Amino acid sequence: MAVTSSGTATVTLPTDTQILITREFDAPKHLVYKAWTTPELVKRWWHANRGEVTIAEIDLRVGGMWRYVSLTADGFEAGFHGEYREIVPNERIVSTEVYEGIPDAEEHAALNILTLTEVDGRTTLTVLVEHPTKIGRDAHLNSGMEGGMQDALDLLEQVAISLR
Amino acid sequence: MARAATTADAFNAVAEPRRRQILDALAGGEQPVNELVHLLGLAQPQVSKHLRVLREVGAVDVRNEGRQRLYRLNGQALKPIHDWVKNYERSWSERFEQLDVVLEELKQKEDGDGSDE
Repeated sequence: MAVTSSGTATVTLPTDTQILITREFDAPKHLVYKAWTTPELVKRWWHANRGEVTIAEIDLRVGGMWRYVSLTADGFEAGFHGEYREIVPNERIVSTEVYEGIPDAEEHAALNILTLTEVDGRTTLTVLVEHPTKIGRDAHLNSGMEGGMQDALDLLEQVAISLR
Repeated sequence: MARAATTADAFNAVAEPRRRQILDALAGGEQPVNELVHLLGLAQPQVSKHLRVLREVGAVDVRNEGRQRLYRLNGQALKPIHDWVKNYERSWSERFEQLDVVLEELKQKEDGDGSDE
């Protein structure tokens, strides 16, 4: 199926403890909300091409828990969970996020605020991630390095092939 | 990423909100010190202190013109930060590209049902 990308994600750092992710989608907000909150659908996109999502549990109510676990092709497992704090269907979800791979994980929980805004059938999605500390925010950003390294290796391989 | 607990790297240099304000101001072009003092509403010694930190990591360059000291942004020194954020951005971009596929299917399914919920 041909899918036109609606553009890349934009990441900005509004303050020392925040990360803001913004992206526009060519779909109405109730569908973006559905894809974001339905376990079988989350499993299809949350892996970011790095492997598979082995667990996606969503108890979508205030006080309910969510938990995602991803497994990369090289066997690296990463678990995340949190609690829903505020839910406005199709518009806004406030939840906590704990990365299970660090010591005292619960103390370093981030607060995620998802907002969906629709104009002419297109939806702007924002996720504001608020960490309790700058160190936590920076560590979170660094988790993306894994993918960056992979890209670098892919590029290196292409260069190596071109040298044959 | 291991980082020295000094202000001598670009990451720490821009961690201070006032210094980011200076960088924002300089993004619009070269500025004399007194203009930065005016923009930030701080005392000159404080502004000079922040400028010194930024200069040490190469985030700003300075030149003298007559009696004025003019500061300008040096984007190259900030590239490590840019790259760092870009990696994180790329991982979300890939995630959202998968989400595009899911959304396309949901849209078609909805059209097929003849309902728009």
